[in-house]
Amino acid sequence: DTKNPRLDRGGENPNRHYANNKIKTTKYTVLSFLPKNLFEQFHRFANVYFVFIALLNFVPVVNAFQPELALAPVVFILSVTAIKDLWEDYRRHRSDKEINHMDCLVYSRVERRYVEKYWKEVRVGDFIRLRCNEILPADVLLLSSSDPDRLCHIETATLDGETNLKQRQVVRSFFDLDCDFDPLKYNSVIECEKPNNDLNRFRGYIIHRSGRRDALYKENLLLRGCTIRNTEEAVGIVIYAGHETKAMLNNNGPRYKRSKLERQMNVDVFWCVIILLVMCLFAAVGHGLWMFQYGDKRPVFDVLSPEGTDLSPIMSAIYLFLTMIIVFQVLIPISLFVSIEIVKICQVYFIHQDMDLYDEETDSHLQCRALNITEDLGQMQYIFSDKTGTLTENKMVFRRCTVAGVEYSHDANARRLAMYQEMDSEEEECTSHGGTLPRRDSVTSHQSAPVVLRSQSTKSHRRTGSRAEAKRASILSKHTAFSSPMEKDITPDPQLLDKVNECSSQMDFMRFHSQPMSQLPSDLSDIIDFFIALTICNTVVVSSPNQPRQKVRMRFELKSPVKTIEDFIKRFTPSRLTSGSNSSSSSSLITNRSSNKGCSSMLSSPSAESTLTKLDEERPPRGLDHAFSPVPPCYDGKAWDKEEGELRYEAESPDEAALVYAARAYKCSLVGRLPDQVTVELPHLGKLSFELLHTLGFDSTRKRMSVVVRHPLTDQITVYTKGADSVIMDLIKPPNTGKRQKKIVYRTQNYLNLYAADGLRTLCIAKKILSKDEYACWLQRHLEAETAIQGREELLFESALRLETNLQLLGATGIEDRLQDGVPETIASLRKAGLQIWVLTGDKQETAVNIAYACKLLDPEEEILTLNADSQEACALLLEESLHYIQAKFLCSSTDQAAKAFHTNFAPFEIYPSSSPSSSSSHTVPFMVHRLGLVIDGRTLAYALDKSLEDKFLAVARSCRSVLCCRSTPLQKSMVVKLVRNKLKVMTLAIGDGANDVSMIQVADVGVGISGQEGMQAVMASDFALPRFRYLQKLLLVHGHWCYSRLANMILYFFYKNAMFVALIFWYQFYCGFSGSAMIDQWYLIFFNLMFSAFPQLITGTLDKDVSAETLQQLPHLYVNGQNSEEYKPYMFWMNMIDAFYQSLVCFFIPYFAYADSDVDLFTWGTPITTLALFTILLHLGIETKTWTWMNWLSITFSIALFFTVALCYNASCPTCYSPSNPYWTMQRLLQDPLFYLLCAITPVAALLPRYFYRACQGTLFPSPVQVGRQLDKLPTEIRRNILSLSRVKVGSPLSPKPPFLSLAKPSPKGCNKKDQRSFPSSNTPPAKKGPVSQADEEKGQRSQVQPSDSVRSHSDLYTLVATEIDTLPYTKDAPTTLGGATASFNQSL
Amino acid sequence: MMASSYNAKDEDGHITVSGPGGGTLRSKKPENTAFKQQRLPAWQPILTAGTVLPAFFIIGLIFIPIGIGLYVTSNNIKEFEIDYTGVDMSSPCFNCSQNFSWNSTRPCTCTIPFYLDQPYENNVFMYYGLSNFYQNHRRYVKSRDDSQLNGDLESLMKPSKECEPYAYHENKPIAPCGAIANSMFNGEPVSCCAHQTHSSFHLYLICLFTSLADTLELFYNDPNGTKIQIPMTATGIAWWTDKHVKFRNPTDNANLTAVFQGTTKPVNWRRPVYELDTDPQNNGFINEDFIVWMRTAALPTFRKLYRIIPKKNSMVPTLLRGNYTLEVVYNYPVRSFEGRKRMILSTISWMGGKNPFLGIAYITVGSVCFFLGVVLLIIHHKYGNRNNSADIAN
Repeated sequence: DTKNPRLDRGGENPNRHYANNKIKTTKYTVLSFLPKNLFEQFHRFANVYFVFIALLNFVPVVNAFQPELALAPVVFILSVTAIKDLWEDYRRHRSDKEINHMDCLVYSRVERRYVEKYWKEVRVGDFIRLRCNEILPADVLLLSSSDPDRLCHIETATLDGETNLKQRQVVRSFFDLDCDFDPLKYNSVIECEKPNNDLNRFRGYIIHRSGRRDALYKENLLLRGCTIRNTEEAVGIVIYAGHETKAMLNNNGPRYKRSKLERQMNVDVFWCVIILLVMCLFAAVGHGLWMFQYGDKRPVFDVLSPEGTDLSPIMSAIYLFLTMIIVFQVLIPISLFVSIEIVKICQVYFIHQDMDLYDEETDSHLQCRALNITEDLGQMQYIFSDKTGTLTENKMVFRRCTVAGVEYSHDANARRLAMYQEMDSEEEECTSHGGTLPRRDSVTSHQSAPVVLRSQSTKSHRRTGSRAEAKRASILSKHTAFSSPMEKDITPDPQLLDKVNECSSQMDFMRFHSQPMSQLPSDLSDIIDFFIALTICNTVVVSSPNQPRQKVRMRFELKSPVKTIEDFIKRFTPSRLTSGSNSSSSSSLITNRSSNKGCSSMLSSPSAESTLTKLDEERPPRGLDHAFSPVPPCYDGKAWDKEEGELRYEAESPDEAALVYAARAYKCSLVGRLPDQVTVELPHLGKLSFELLHTLGFDSTRKRMSVVVRHPLTDQITVYTKGADSVIMDLIKPPNTGKRQKKIVYRTQNYLNLYAADGLRTLCIAKKILSKDEYACWLQRHLEAETAIQGREELLFESALRLETNLQLLGATGIEDRLQDGVPETIASLRKAGLQIWVLTGDKQETAVNIAYACKLLDPEEEILTLNADSQEACALLLEESLHYIQAKFLCSSTDQAAKAFHTNFAPFEIYPSSSPSSSSSHTVPFMVHRLGLVIDGRTLAYALDKSLEDKFLAVARSCRSVLCCRSTPLQKSMVVKLVRNKLKVMTLAIGDGANDVSMIQVADVGVGISGQEGMQAVMASDFALPRFRYLQKLLLVHGHWCYSRLANMILYFFYKNAMFVALIFWYQFYCGFSGSAMIDQWYLIFFNLMFSAFPQLITGTLDKDVSAETLQQLPHLYVNGQNSEEYKPYMFWMNMIDAFYQSLVCFFIPYFAYADSDVDLFTWGTPITTLALFTILLHLGIETKTWTWMNWLSITFSIALFFTVALCYNASCPTCYSPSNPYWTMQRLLQDPLFYLLCAITPVAALLPRYFYRACQGTLFPSPVQVGRQLDKLPTEIRRNILSLSRVKVGSPLSPKPPFLSLAKPSPKGCNKKDQRSFPSSNTPPAKKGPVSQADEEKGQRSQVQPSDSVRSHSDLYTLVATEIDTLPYTKDAPTTLGGATASFNQSL
Repeated sequence: MMASSYNAKDEDGHITVSGPGGGTLRSKKPENTAFKQQRLPAWQPILTAGTVLPAFFIIGLIFIPIGIGLYVTSNNIKEFEIDYTGVDMSSPCFNCSQNFSWNSTRPCTCTIPFYLDQPYENNVFMYYGLSNFYQNHRRYVKSRDDSQLNGDLESLMKPSKECEPYAYHENKPIAPCGAIANSMFNGEPVSCCAHQTHSSFHLYLICLFTSLADTLELFYNDPNGTKIQIPMTATGIAWWTDKHVKFRNPTDNANLTAVFQGTTKPVNWRRPVYELDTDPQNNGFINEDFIVWMRTAALPTFRKLYRIIPKKNSMVPTLLRGNYTLEVVYNYPVRSFEGRKRMILSTISWMGGKNPFLGIAYITVGSVCFFLGVVLLIIHHKYGNRNNSADIAN
């Protein structure tokens, strides 16, 4: 099962049997199009049905229409679809052709050089020469690179959307080639796994002639579609080509989902079939009886069969049954499916075009990736959201850290961030030019020289997220900023900075005096280790700004580290200076930036031409520092700045970048990263190169990453580990080893809790020193693992586990992830819309809870049910208790007055009343959403998701207003979604941004990806991709509502229309001896649906707006309309059917009586009926149309005009052609007949009277919320605003705390007193969660300390969606003021 | 040295980057047009009692007068109907109806006296009416060949298979083919009445065995005892387009007998199609009685125009008040399918024959609308103001 691309040694290409590189994504060829397309179309049952009916027409005894004519609709529908498919296929063909004809350099044996060839001519085993910025034509194994490090950089944006550069290495055995790679000398065999679609896996080995085997990794493979960057030239051998490349294998087509509405519709289509059969049966029996009454005396009008034989009544009835199926076929709407598709495409188009869903910053708008579930957006009941990157910006800002048990609060940094926030809320643009910032010297007075810098000439960008963003940024500035200054310009804590300086100078001193580094005081060495860990324990790639995408290349001799900084400068600077001329625009930019770069203390003063407020006097006045000032006077500092510039860090995750920037603020900056070496610049010590022995990458199971380096100063093999606190803390060396370590662990844990309570993301940093023997021992097994082909991942995992034990804790960091704009408002509004919001996050509980408060997911006023259990039994017990508690509290005491008031207050929250089928199906008890929040952690969740407990868990969870699952794995996320979706039978939406959300997104009914933050995996898996979380509000409340209501109404209308039209013929059967005769000309009959009545409903289905977008957003409860499927309930189908039958009765019998006993002929009588039916159907649509634009008028006018035009032409064209109706001049005569007009006036009125009257009464007597919303729309804006603000208070009242509710905060009823119920009136210290005993904490909500302003606000105007709230909402705003207080109280409690 | 080389490439890089970048400078921002943002100016009617109410009153106010007008018009139309099926023992045609069958050779005539109690002005239309005759039966409606009737020579000799089993008889094509033609109710035996006398009885004798169809003759019984035959025209009863466009003889001028050579008459007919009338403009396929019959009726109870009694002058009514006699040559059997045969005399108005239904319908619908309007008015007054601001929250 391996493939061996080999060299062509003359003769035939040994690799000829592998797929070539020509791609063909088209489905059809010219020849295969027709059969294949038809075959595909016949997979749809409806098409088969219609073809069956059309074919039935060819049977003479049962035929109802001219067979050729009966084929027309089917052929029409099939050909429309076929043309659509053909067009799509043609576009694919064109793009294929374009791609296939791209050029690349392929080595030619004959010419002994690289020749230009088309992509499609590339074969497996070909040698390809790649140049910078070229796109890879196939999956290529890297054999040689011009890069001295044997590296090749690629950008994988087209594959996964990640724009950061990735390094790929030359295959190890070719590493040592000193000269250029010569394909002729290549003489090895490559064996590798079969083509698969896993982008992150490649296994294989290369067998050299010597018999030596070398393993191949994914690091050696360059994938098709990636772009070569920063590498002048690379040579590789094609491993997979064409359709076998990983990119192509990953390229699966659009997803097909069936929406809830469609499922409901299919049920009703089924009912239509039943109705059809009943009608046909009725007619057949009727015909049999009609025949039977004549007995043997055959009347003249009962024509014999063509053969002249007499048919028995029974046989006639059977034949007639089939005939009736043909005649009544319209009842199953052939055009329904096509119309729905058209309408959905239009809906998608309009959603795409919505300006409100366009994000200026990233130049991206909403993408609908699944075209056929737009209406599901209007029916969501549960939202499952990721936190990081979805609710938050994923803009990681270093906030605080603790090193060796000492906390550095970084107050100045907090203030700085607060300031950014203000600025953001004001106007980002204005800062972009001048960069003037209010100086806040006063508040930062304790700092020697506060740095307040906002020195970027462009608008602040998020870190290198989406391609669009990067592109845009490059357009704007030519120098992409990969992190906003907010994330980069970290103000160091003065205390810590002092320590760092002290430490490094001591180390430097020791180095000079060749003292062992171990003599360093342990707290100081911890500090320096801490920062080294921050700097190197990551995968950050360094690039310099004036050479975008150019890796900084500084290679030091590993064996001979730079001894002094002067030495280094002498060796490296002059040559760089010569090339340091930049365009003026960029130079000013760089100089501006340079002032804050990490190593500035060693450099000269900032450039003179800087136009910014520059307060960079960051140099503590210390002799040492000056003494080590590395820049000789002859060097111009400015040139230095330009050259060195500000190194940019491209990180795979924003946390990493934040930490690297944080370390740089302490002048411990990462200056270069090579596969085997990391260069760090330290104060006083200069550039140090760490030999990188191993990198054990981050994964979600280990939740940590480690690097193994050789420390250049101590020459020890050191492991630096960085990871989630929960895992790291468990890996810390048993504390009995040292009192100090114990104390550090204890303190750090406390600080970690504090950080989490502040909503910070916490990471622990630890290190471990390995002895040579230990390392050798580990290395051996690790290498075995690396070279294993089978189970390599598992082995590597185990190997990592072996290494990451007995760590020594260095410290912890707190990184802040700010909430995205408008998240609290969106959540509040979605919740008012009756959506249950669950947040599933991998963060730790305290962090998650705090973010939840900040984004208004949890309300300070509501109780929190916390479930933390250590075992299955404990979890069961906990759930049981919670259930009892909820019941006792909210159900048992219903006689209580207060509870009564409570219930009435909560009436709007009875989202799924018992009458609704969705809830009654699985649970008989109507359930209510209570003022409860549920917090559950990953471990407990794992227990709760067990089969035995899931029902209980759901019972608890569904009664809670919000659910927060912390520490959940991707799998758990998807399990939760699946559980809710399957058990509660509700519509679920999952929203997330990262790869860890993919499974959840795929499981949910609708998956939404947030684009442009963490790669594209989530977007690739999603049905809709949003640039920002807050757009979800408009997407659901407005577009979802519209799409649902439009489509629901259109489907109902379709059923009505066809039933009404078919019933006309059915009534006629009573007057034609049930002979299957139709008074409606077969042309009208067949084209009525397809042409005459098709356009208005499409227009209405696409454009109708029941309520304006503004009102829908202001009154989110209108969304409940879709959740409860109020536009299209099962009974509505039957009501529509009854109405249809009534209307058809009117349309039939008014002409019947008007022409009774007259000399009217069949089709002169039938044509007015057709006309009347058309008028009635169109006017019916008119009643149901809520918004009349010129398009509606036009379409209705067009429909009528089309009908008359066609009728007149048809009736004038040929006197003999249209057998049997032969309607020559019928319409023309009718138009001269006053009776026709009289009929046209009265019949539609009489037919639509009940519906019109009903609608009017409904509008007045029991208006639905939607109708009220519409009335609101009509009001002048002034009055409307007043009413809305009024109603907001009113609507909000059940939510806002009221006296009856407050009583609930009293000790709970009996059933719950077992519980450890604690209240935290003033402290937000999280409950200790490490106890063996399970506990449920009902945390009373007075969290006034954390968010005093928020809780106050929530009392006064909870639902005011005014701008002022936006900038004050995110909790970070409060941070500067509360931080100190919180710390203080915390310290007291210690 | 390294740096310089990178700088050089830097420039390259920039060119390649800004190349596509220039293209993407155009932002993806959606256009702010009313259509794309779904903000087209629109009329948004809200159906409530208050808004709908005027429509109901207006409809009511329009429909009731129209209805009254129609009702009066319909009532002014004079219509007289005689059922001559002969179901009752007392009926003059009872005997004829009892012992008649399709292949009977014996003619049967019956005379029905009747009294018109008011004079008929203007043109009077004489219809024959059939009940329970399903001319709209699916297979019956189809059983014709329009090309043949349009004078297509090929179709004449090769009738369409739609005509089966009435396409060929004794290996000769039937002209006109099909069940409709075969079952023709009426055809005036004028051809044999070249020497028409005042006595219709005479006429019967001549034409006795020539036609299946019933023949109706109307006589005015003068108060002084004489029986005056009412003159009737047999042309102008079919649609102009039918007579001149749809139906055509195979050739216009030539001898019809020769043209139809090689064809045979429909099985139930007693005479070939080219002997329907002596008038060449009313013979063959363009015989108007034939054309009228071929226009299949919509409902099982129908009437077809038989003759027009033209108005002589404006002073004298077309049909005076008094006693009349209808003489029927009873040929067409309807008893087998419980059919009824009628003769109808009617004047017409602009809206056609007498039919009070539309007038009543208009009055009813108008009244209902008016009534519902009043209901809505009450609703509006009682509940209409509920929709104020306080209610919106619900």
